[in-house]
Amino acid sequence: MIEQTIEVTDLHKRFGPTQALDGMTFTVAPGTVTGFVGPNGAGKSTTIRVILGLDAPDQGRALVGGQVYQHLRYPLRHVGALVDAGALQPSRTGRNHLLWMARSQKLTASRVDEVIELVGLTSAARRKAGGYSLGMRQRLGIAAAMLGDPPVLILDEPFNGMDPEGIIWIRRFLRSLAAEGRSVLVSSHLMGELEDMADQVVVVGRGKVLAHASVEELVARASGDQVLLRTPAPDQAVKALQRARAAATVIDRNTLSVTGIEAQRAVEILGQAGVAFSEVTAQRASLEDVYLQLTGGEAEFRAAVDGQVGR
Amino acid sequence: MSVTTSAPPRLTGKSASNSFQSVLWAEWIKFRTVRGWIIALVLAAAATFFLCYETAAGPHTGGCSGLPAGAICTSALPTVVPTGPGGGGVADTYEFVHHTLTRDGTVTAEITSLAGVTATNASNVQGSPSASHPGLASWAKAGLLLTPSTTQGSAYAAVMATGSHGVHFQYNYTHDTSGVAGTVTMPTSRWLRLVRSGDRITGYASTNGQRWTEVGSADLTGLPATVQVGLFATSPLTFHGDTGYPTLATAMFDHLNVDGSPASNSWLGQDIGTGRTSFYPTLATGSFHNSGTSVVVSGSGDIAPAVVQGLEGTHTASSSLLLGLIVGLLVVIVVAAMFVTTEYRRGLIRTTFTAIPARGRVLVAKGLVVGAIVFALSLVVMAVIVPLGQHLLRAHGNYVFSANTLTQVRIEIGASAVVAMAAITAIALSAMVRRAAVAITGSAAVFVLPFILAAAAGGGASAWLLRLTPAAGLSMLQALPHYSQVSYAYTLGNGYYPLTPLAGFAVVCGYTVIALAAATVLLNRRDA
Repeated sequence: MIEQTIEVTDLHKRFGPTQALDGMTFTVAPGTVTGFVGPNGAGKSTTIRVILGLDAPDQGRALVGGQVYQHLRYPLRHVGALVDAGALQPSRTGRNHLLWMARSQKLTASRVDEVIELVGLTSAARRKAGGYSLGMRQRLGIAAAMLGDPPVLILDEPFNGMDPEGIIWIRRFLRSLAAEGRSVLVSSHLMGELEDMADQVVVVGRGKVLAHASVEELVARASGDQVLLRTPAPDQAVKALQRARAAATVIDRNTLSVTGIEAQRAVEILGQAGVAFSEVTAQRASLEDVYLQLTGGEAEFRAAVDGQVGR
Repeated sequence: MSVTTSAPPRLTGKSASNSFQSVLWAEWIKFRTVRGWIIALVLAAAATFFLCYETAAGPHTGGCSGLPAGAICTSALPTVVPTGPGGGGVADTYEFVHHTLTRDGTVTAEITSLAGVTATNASNVQGSPSASHPGLASWAKAGLLLTPSTTQGSAYAAVMATGSHGVHFQYNYTHDTSGVAGTVTMPTSRWLRLVRSGDRITGYASTNGQRWTEVGSADLTGLPATVQVGLFATSPLTFHGDTGYPTLATAMFDHLNVDGSPASNSWLGQDIGTGRTSFYPTLATGSFHNSGTSVVVSGSGDIAPAVVQGLEGTHTASSSLLLGLIVGLLVVIVVAAMFVTTEYRRGLIRTTFTAIPARGRVLVAKGLVVGAIVFALSLVVMAVIVPLGQHLLRAHGNYVFSANTLTQVRIEIGASAVVAMAAITAIALSAMVRRAAVAITGSAAVFVLPFILAAAAGGGASAWLLRLTPAAGLSMLQALPHYSQVSYAYTLGNGYYPLTPLAGFAVVCGYTVIALAAATVLLNRRDA
């Protein structure tokens, strides 16, 4: 597998009064699944269309494996993309849909059958695509993305309309692709869908990157050093912790929230002061919380603007 | 020692894109895997065939059943269009004052005057010299003629003075060479001479009977030893707009002289092809008389290729095709438009441009795929219906101008090529407008509307529509050529187009190329 990156640099694009992209910049490294999250209208789809050479940016550029998409000879061998699973001619069979794509890349019909097998669509492949369920269309879209065995994969909202079983399948599938050294970019407007799958997360809002970090970093950043403490003697505990310059707030009769120290240190302090406690827990924020923290304002702003513009 | 240099490896070459062959293959698969489109095209072919068949087999005004080949009906009277040596229908109606010539010889005469009258009534009214006014037809002909037989449609060669086109040498109806210009009036008489040497006949002209210049020559292969030579006069229809008026020309000859083999002294005057079975309208039957040393010959008619498609009951190789072609074309336009616009409607165009970023190639490949399929289907239909249609017309007693194989093949290929070009243009227009309804309406308006307007408008407006709009492509259906030596209303109503077949096709191709170029520019500038 030849490792190839996606490099997005300073993309700007305006649609009429809307600044869709406003300096979008990030890189997707080989061997990782990078989540691309943000509220609807944050510029995810526009960015993906620019990467795929469908939209021209007003400024900036997007490279795949160091090349502009339009300069790739047989591009599906470099980049596999699932942009709109519903983009099918309903009276054409799934297999024929893949066949014309394969022929456009000088790929064989046997490769078509391989990817059909890969996504588990063999039994439905010779049926008209118009009769496919949303999940089957997603699988067909992934088969299309895999046709050229590309080192780079881009999937726009692949979980939309999928049943839980399908979501689990896609997660496993994308992880395995990254494990093979491919660069995988997966967009979603729901952070929860990316948990347990993405190595890196690019959080976007209003056409630019709000945060780009590993999942661990993001979680740690949002959680701070919050420790949850259960004790039958909350007053004594507060005094002991304050002496050690940690802040503690009483949440209820025997629960405290402690910030400024790690859980390990809290145990030591309470032990030295002889305060009894039943539980000390390091409080972890969920990825969802992080996302809401980062994009909350943006989402509200969006909603207001959307209401006015009627987009 | 030679130094070999190798080109540096290309980095981000702009030329890199899917090979055209792979794009073509992909678009071919796209088209053939939607059964509805294939069915629609086959139905279009069937509809075209059916409509052409019905047009040919249906009732026709002036058609009389049970007539011999070559017979047509005018005013419920069967008449015959003679067939010339070249196989085409000919007019062969004239006054001939002739006698026998055996083997080589020379005929000379001075033509001292040429005058004529024109009928007051149009050609559909029986002509009469009393209902006429002075007026010499520009293609009135009088001069010397040599023919092996006085049967209509025989081979011949003739040198002649004309009403206003000067001296001409003509043979076998379609061949025409011009010589000395100017009209014949008393001070400027014309001397004419016709020389036979074997199969070769040469025409000469002179203004004084001393200095002769060759006007033209013909090899009439297989000419028998004994032929008829003599004086002739004839005068064709003269046209005002679409209406033809019969004419009569009267020529005065002097210094008539026949050299060579012994000639009998008896000159025989004969009307060739006049009378009630002649299809060619005449003002009066011809006549001749001696006037002192002169011979005066009057004639009405023409010796020329026949162009009377406008007369009732006459047809050509392509006269049954139009309705079927227009209906087929409309279906083809719908399918071509759908081939592009469904991709836009379904969002599939993004998948296409992701697989093939060179958008112009996609457009051209789509055009070639649909164009080739349409061309092939149409060619099959045309190759069957063009001969079959003529057969049906003849079987029902209609006269069909015979078209040679080359012309028939050109009509078949030409009609198919024009439909294919229309399909390609519809594809380009669809890529520009992206919406099926707009694309179909627009393409139909561009290709079908101008023709309907041209047919309705008539006259100069019609001619310009057929020159400048895509309807010019219908010139490919032209079955009869324009003859500069035949005055006629060469109008759409009579089956004539203002442009030659290839020029008309070039106009269509021009529109197609412009549409493809504009669509490519637009596709490359627009976000997909």
